[in-house]
Amino acid sequence: MDIERTLFEIGALDQMALQDTPLHRLDPRTKLITAMGFILTVVSFGRYELAALLPLTLYPVALAAMGDLPAGYLLRKLLIASPFALFVGMFNPLLDRTPLLFIGSVAVSGGWISFLSILTRFCLTVSAALILVGSTGFSPVCMALGRLGMPRIFAAQLLFLYRYIFVLTEEGLRMVRARNLRSFGNKGTGVRIYGHMLGQLLLRTMDRAQRIHQAMLCRGFDGEVRLVRHCRFTSTDVAFIAGWFVYFGLARAFNLPQILGGVVTRIMA
Amino acid sequence: MHMADALISPAVGGVMWAATAGLVAYCCKKMRDGFEGFRVPLMGVLGAFIFAAQMINFTIPATGSSGHLGGGMILAILLGPYAAFLTIASVLTVQALFFADGGLLALGCNIFNLGFAPCFIVYPFIYKKIVGENPTQGRILAGAMIGAIVGLQLGAFGVVLETVFSGISELPFSTFVVLMQPIHLAIGIVEGLVTSALVLFIWKARPEILEMAAGAPATAGLSLRKVLVVLVALAVVTGGALSWFASAYPDGLEWSMAKTSGKEELEAPADGVHASLAALQEKTAFLPDYGFKSAEQAEPAEAAGAGTEPAKEEAPAWPAVDAGTSVSGLLGGTLTLLLAFGVGFLLKARHKSA
Repeated sequence: MDIERTLFEIGALDQMALQDTPLHRLDPRTKLITAMGFILTVVSFGRYELAALLPLTLYPVALAAMGDLPAGYLLRKLLIASPFALFVGMFNPLLDRTPLLFIGSVAVSGGWISFLSILTRFCLTVSAALILVGSTGFSPVCMALGRLGMPRIFAAQLLFLYRYIFVLTEEGLRMVRARNLRSFGNKGTGVRIYGHMLGQLLLRTMDRAQRIHQAMLCRGFDGEVRLVRHCRFTSTDVAFIAGWFVYFGLARAFNLPQILGGVVTRIMA
Repeated sequence: MHMADALISPAVGGVMWAATAGLVAYCCKKMRDGFEGFRVPLMGVLGAFIFAAQMINFTIPATGSSGHLGGGMILAILLGPYAAFLTIASVLTVQALFFADGGLLALGCNIFNLGFAPCFIVYPFIYKKIVGENPTQGRILAGAMIGAIVGLQLGAFGVVLETVFSGISELPFSTFVVLMQPIHLAIGIVEGLVTSALVLFIWKARPEILEMAAGAPATAGLSLRKVLVVLVALAVVTGGALSWFASAYPDGLEWSMAKTSGKEELEAPADGVHASLAALQEKTAFLPDYGFKSAEQAEPAEAAGAGTEPAKEEAPAWPAVDAGTSVSGLLGGTLTLLLAFGVGFLLKARHKSA
């Protein structure tokens, strides 16, 4: 992947989190808990369930709209991340050919249903994760995880990592640019130069870590990163969690599209 | 090779989450007990290094493709198992959140697949045994190469097991193993090459870094028995959770079939849109002898076949999804999607005007 693009993409998602919408104003824990509840609901469906999964699209769609997150961006991210699920899922239509559904006279095999089901799950779960970060931001997600019991060392590790991704990737970007300017075709892009380049980057990284650590010790670092951020649970948060969980429960317990379709066909008849 | 949420069942995802959370907590405790808080900045920056390094490619001779560092092995060599496991976990968390690699539920699986083997199996029992107290160029090369290959093979095998246990994919165990292991052998060789190049560079330029890592107190007290106990416990818990789920939901297939057949009477009135559609379907059917055209046709077949051939008893159960249910399902599904997106547009419009 293009380095500049990657950096931009990470930044873009965090930029979105800086907005001020009803969704952004919710407590990070609220969004994290709801997202996990949503993902668990999605994956708990049987593998031949397709129609029953569809009511759950309301969650990402409504949240993206509420949080003013650009749909085009989310869709592009979905496409980029899809290869593994596609690769494993595409065997289903080949291996499972039992007809399970008819559209007109065309028999649709169970394999295709389960393949579509996998793709639907994929879109739902991945967009839920993206929306979580896009509406919350990385540090608040870490903080929420910390409040929900994640060990402090690990929370600090996540925050450090995130901060230095930008610094080190830019350094790597400069090195790659320098190598590209000095290499013609494939000459110079082999593993020898690569090993030395990475080695250099690693040495610089470790020196940097030492400087950072000393600077932190000077400022009284005791192994814990403290975040100044207000974080309170309001009645809106409770209502948000409760509302969505009731909806997930309904969607899980009843096949809503089937019922809706039944009602509509009866009315039309 | 990141597992995706779409391919795992709640039982597998939950067990792997619990296992990973337990390991993270254990590693954090080890770090705190060992007064290794000073490693925190180093871990953070090295995690970022893995990110940066993954974006730098090199060309693999004679293939035209390019490779890059995966990172598990090099972190274990530089940081020792506990700190390395935390670093790998943090890198994967960021990838799951920002690049949608894998997913939040699959995160447990991913951290375990990519972190457990390099840190707790390969590093202490393969790499350290090969490299020993007095490293030489050949030993480092062999240790990093074998370590990376074994680590990736174990990780890929983890992906296969988790996918097969989840039962969402149709891929049978043997086929999936045959697909995954050779691919990851190739990836492992590339990883080994890169890791050994990197370790050799450090070893020549700044050997004290490797000595510091090797002497980390964290590696003491890690015995093969402990690791085996963890693995066995995990297997038992997975088995328990799976059998529990298996009894609750017989099987995705059986379950969905039971559901659809249970609703047959309710949603298959003899007249109406779907009946005329079913009639239309009967007329346009280009596979007339397929035998699954409608429930009415299949049921007599079942009744007839049941007495003579017991083997057929299972087959007629399939058309339980009759045309009527399918039609209302399709119609309802489309309407549901329209409704969901309609709500989205309304919210967006309200948001814009506010």
